[in-house]
Amino acid sequence: MHQLASTGLTRADAHDQRTRKRQIQRWGTLLGGGALTLVGLSRRSAAGVALAAVGGALAYIGAKTTSATKELLAESSMLLNCSPEEAYALWQDFEELPAFMNRVEAITPIGNTQFRQYRWVVVGPFGRRITWDAEIISDRPNQSIAWRSLPDSKISVQGIVEFRPAPANRGTIVAVRIMYNSVAGSLAQTVGKMLGRDPSFLLRQDLRRMKALAETGEIPTVEGQTHGPRSAKVAALRMIDPTRPVRSRGGLQEVFTAKRRIA
Amino acid sequence: MKAVCWMGKEKLSVQNVPDPKIINRRDAIVRITSTCICGSDLHLYNGFMPTLEQGDILGHEFMGEVVEVGAGIERETLKVGDRVVVPFTIACGNCFFCKQELWSCCDNSNPNYWMAEQLMGYSPSGLFGYTHMLGGYAGGQAQYARVPFADVGPLKVPEGIPDDKLVFLSDIFPTGYMGAVNCDIRPGDTVAIWGCGPVGQFAIRSAFMLGAERVIAIDRFEYRLLLAEQAGAETINYEEVDDVVQTLKDMTANIGPDSCMDAVGMEAHGHGLMAAMDKAKQKLRVEADRPIVLRQCIQGCRKGGTVSVPGVYGGFDDKIPLGAYMNKALTMKTGQTHMMRYMKPLLDRIEKNEIDPSFIRSHRVPIHQAPQLYKIFRDKEDNCTKVVLDPWADGALAA
Repeated sequence: MHQLASTGLTRADAHDQRTRKRQIQRWGTLLGGGALTLVGLSRRSAAGVALAAVGGALAYIGAKTTSATKELLAESSMLLNCSPEEAYALWQDFEELPAFMNRVEAITPIGNTQFRQYRWVVVGPFGRRITWDAEIISDRPNQSIAWRSLPDSKISVQGIVEFRPAPANRGTIVAVRIMYNSVAGSLAQTVGKMLGRDPSFLLRQDLRRMKALAETGEIPTVEGQTHGPRSAKVAALRMIDPTRPVRSRGGLQEVFTAKRRIA
Repeated sequence: MKAVCWMGKEKLSVQNVPDPKIINRRDAIVRITSTCICGSDLHLYNGFMPTLEQGDILGHEFMGEVVEVGAGIERETLKVGDRVVVPFTIACGNCFFCKQELWSCCDNSNPNYWMAEQLMGYSPSGLFGYTHMLGGYAGGQAQYARVPFADVGPLKVPEGIPDDKLVFLSDIFPTGYMGAVNCDIRPGDTVAIWGCGPVGQFAIRSAFMLGAERVIAIDRFEYRLLLAEQAGAETINYEEVDDVVQTLKDMTANIGPDSCMDAVGMEAHGHGLMAAMDKAKQKLRVEADRPIVLRQCIQGCRKGGTVSVPGVYGGFDDKIPLGAYMNKALTMKTGQTHMMRYMKPLLDRIEKNEIDPSFIRSHRVPIHQAPQLYKIFRDKEDNCTKVVLDPWADGALAA
């Protein structure tokens, strides 16, 4: 926590308890609603559709609660079966982060490279993009990397990733906190909408992919595999899969052509 | 290629779909020579497993020949031309769980980890052709399949042994065997096994291999009980007795079986009020499974005994006798099969002629007959014990 203080994340800690309570409420509605929707959709009947509608409404309320907050904290950690050196190596080069960060389209260096400043391009639902510029403010090899947005950036972002050895040679704990602050009061909301879902949930998926990359050398996927004819409903459900990379431009088109298409 | 596609509850169709491609570096493509219908596929057929989607290719018990390998696979490990049996669980080989040989708990092989996480807290490994919650991988009831982490899973098998003896190494033989291992069998033990389907049959034979004194097999189909008796088991037809638990007590001088195995899972049948309620609740989707057998296992097991559960369950279930479970000091052992622990030792047993797994197969048909055979297998018609599909038989090509 002392390390976090230097990056200005303490304010979040003060609000931790309240945030947690809010998160529980939000997750309750989101998951409950989501589950209802799934159950409803799986029933293929009028009652099922009604159930799905109620579930959808609940999930919407849950999601809305997210975007109503003024600041967004994404926080997660993952145990990786590798050394801190190997874990650090996967994070050291920011340009390579999109390999496991599904919502990040690109991170490219800007300005004088010696300051290690980057432009982040994040893609939200339906291909909407949001961009901010950030610089690395601390880089302690094999221990931690911290970054924050530049003063004139449209969005205020502060993040830190730490690499800590787990006890008894069980690998490395990779812990990440990223806080999106509202600058003009509404931008955090915008980010929330862009990300579409609980940012900690998305971060956890990213870390899971990083873990797979570190442990297996690849990221397991079924994207692009063969399958039989999908229905329009299935194609639509696949499109809103929160772990699906949003970069593909197939999106909507897939829904419309699914019925005629094989694989 | 031809593939068995799930098109909805009780709706299967053999479709022409594109051949699978290598996607990741550690993938391989296998040309399938034999592929089976598993009892657990019937849960999919009957529409009881969530997150199956129209167009999904089913099947997780298959073997064949490697026809393509990804760039990340070393030649000594696997190469084109190798004859392989593919395990139904997909494991990366290098996570916390794989390192402990808990292969079916692999942390990395399920790309849809988050779905299973919501239901179970953490996700088990990805499986072939078994819902998106468990990976969404295209299955092996097809002419070809993509096998991820192919340097870990597939077992190389020698030429000269027919498919019929080997293909059951892909799931049911190791699954029945692990069910028996999980019974912690000691000399003199009596093992009660509910369900005389394919897994139950292998469990019966494995229990004897592991030194059980007596095996009591429970089912309601005479032809399956007969097969159990041929292996040396005593049998109970539960439709002919008032109370299975009381019958077990009578048969074991009132001490009870040392271990009880549930080789049935989520779609158990039974009689009485509770069984009827389970059926109704499952239909209404307020209970995921019909845990009739699990209840009987817990009630029937002797004090301090072990309950082994190779039968598949999907969700949250009612009226599990936790009072009996706690007060009788029982141990329960569960899990999808840790395939890579057992495949090679069991292949050795087959090569030494200690067991010929082909006894279980009742049908071998061209793949285009899969939809009919699912129904026959589910309804236990035609003395069906196990169906093997031939993806390349005449008729498979013509359609």
